[in-house]
Amino acid sequence: MTDRHDIDLHINGDIYRVSVEARKTLADAIRDDCGLTGTHIGCEHGVCGACTVLLNDQPVRSCLMFAVQAKDKPIRTVEGLAKGDTPHALQQAFMDNHGLQCGFCTPGFLMLAAGALEAKPDMSEEEMVHVLSSNLCRCTGYHNILKSVKAAAAEMAKAR
Amino acid sequence: MKPAPFHYHAPVTVEEAVTQLARYGGDAKVLAGGQSLVPVMAFRLARPGQIVDINGIEELDYARVTDGRLHIGALARHARFHDPVEPGPLGQLLSTVVQSIAHLPIRMRGTFCGSLAHADASSEWCATAATLDAEMVLVHQTGRRVVTAADYFKGFLMTDRADDELLVEARIPLLPAGTRFGFEEFSRRAGDYALTLCLAVIRVEGGKVTEARVGVGGAEPFPRRIKEAEATLVGRAFDHAACRRAAEFAAKAVDPMNDTQADPEYRRDLVLAMVRRALEKCLA
Repeated sequence: MTDRHDIDLHINGDIYRVSVEARKTLADAIRDDCGLTGTHIGCEHGVCGACTVLLNDQPVRSCLMFAVQAKDKPIRTVEGLAKGDTPHALQQAFMDNHGLQCGFCTPGFLMLAAGALEAKPDMSEEEMVHVLSSNLCRCTGYHNILKSVKAAAAEMAKAR
Repeated sequence: MKPAPFHYHAPVTVEEAVTQLARYGGDAKVLAGGQSLVPVMAFRLARPGQIVDINGIEELDYARVTDGRLHIGALARHARFHDPVEPGPLGQLLSTVVQSIAHLPIRMRGTFCGSLAHADASSEWCATAATLDAEMVLVHQTGRRVVTAADYFKGFLMTDRADDELLVEARIPLLPAGTRFGFEEFSRRAGDYALTLCLAVIRVEGGKVTEARVGVGGAEPFPRRIKEAEATLVGRAFDHAACRRAAEFAAKAVDPMNDTQADPEYRRDLVLAMVRRALEKCLA
């Protein structure tokens, strides 16, 4: 039994025409069918947050959606953060503040923080901790991740 | 860790959806937010042959007040309740409780009615529905029926909903001005399912409690109001001693579950603590 669907995925402004089984998660389609391997897959059941992407500008777990559900909807992945060679304020802040060690969780944290800061640029530290508690970092670099997001929020506020 | 194959259906009307549910019966699962269903499919604890994705039924995306009740459509996502959906105490209550549901990305997708359909014992929304005597509207191919929370929750992950029925709406009576509420839950990590939670809703007039609702979730296979705790509050002064006494009644009244997370005696202790703390939040 195969239930295949020919769909368009709109990722970072580009359209990817893919043929996917209904059971294929959005995370797998982004990686395997679109070749965008910046989105990482950790637990595959919605706990770790490594696969976080923005769907309609909102952070979602791409392992908890089927690709067919995301057809024709705007998706943003970590590959879409930088403008050319200029990193996004969050990417720069993660570099400046040692916000990553092994880097596996980083794309998920970046997209989570990007979506949360776009929705609420003036988040308090308490709110940031609440939001960031969504994702796991097995290097346990939470302190510097929070520091990075705070620094990026300040930088993004200056740019407005 | 990948879901088993299934046939995907994307109805755009309720009629279409219930026709598919009638056709496939127990082989079909309704997909709304998918934040509980997709993980159990990934673990292959669920292997539905048919998925009926209701996300395209736009008419079900609402939370609005009609006739003194908040009507919550099947596509109202948790995040909709971050800001109060209505100006009274109920809107405040829901925006407080929603903060304890999983994490931000989960709340962006998961739905209120989906939580009620899944009926996890620890679900914040299930406890809310039980505490506030919500009504569930179930539609099938030839009609609809309305089930009150007391009759809706049947057991661990079990509800009164039949395989061919779609939960299209939950209705919660608005709370009168001046109603106080308190919510407390205990979980081992931020965003985890609660081992025990309590929602307390209190009205005080002339120095005495006129209405008390004490709902407990996570301790038993499904959430319910604890009448013994409520009865000891009504008609008396509302103070710390009253909160403690009601919590002791609640802890005696429950029949706690036993699982790898916590044994019954630990859960009973948690009921004591959560009920007292939820009630004390109503003191202020």
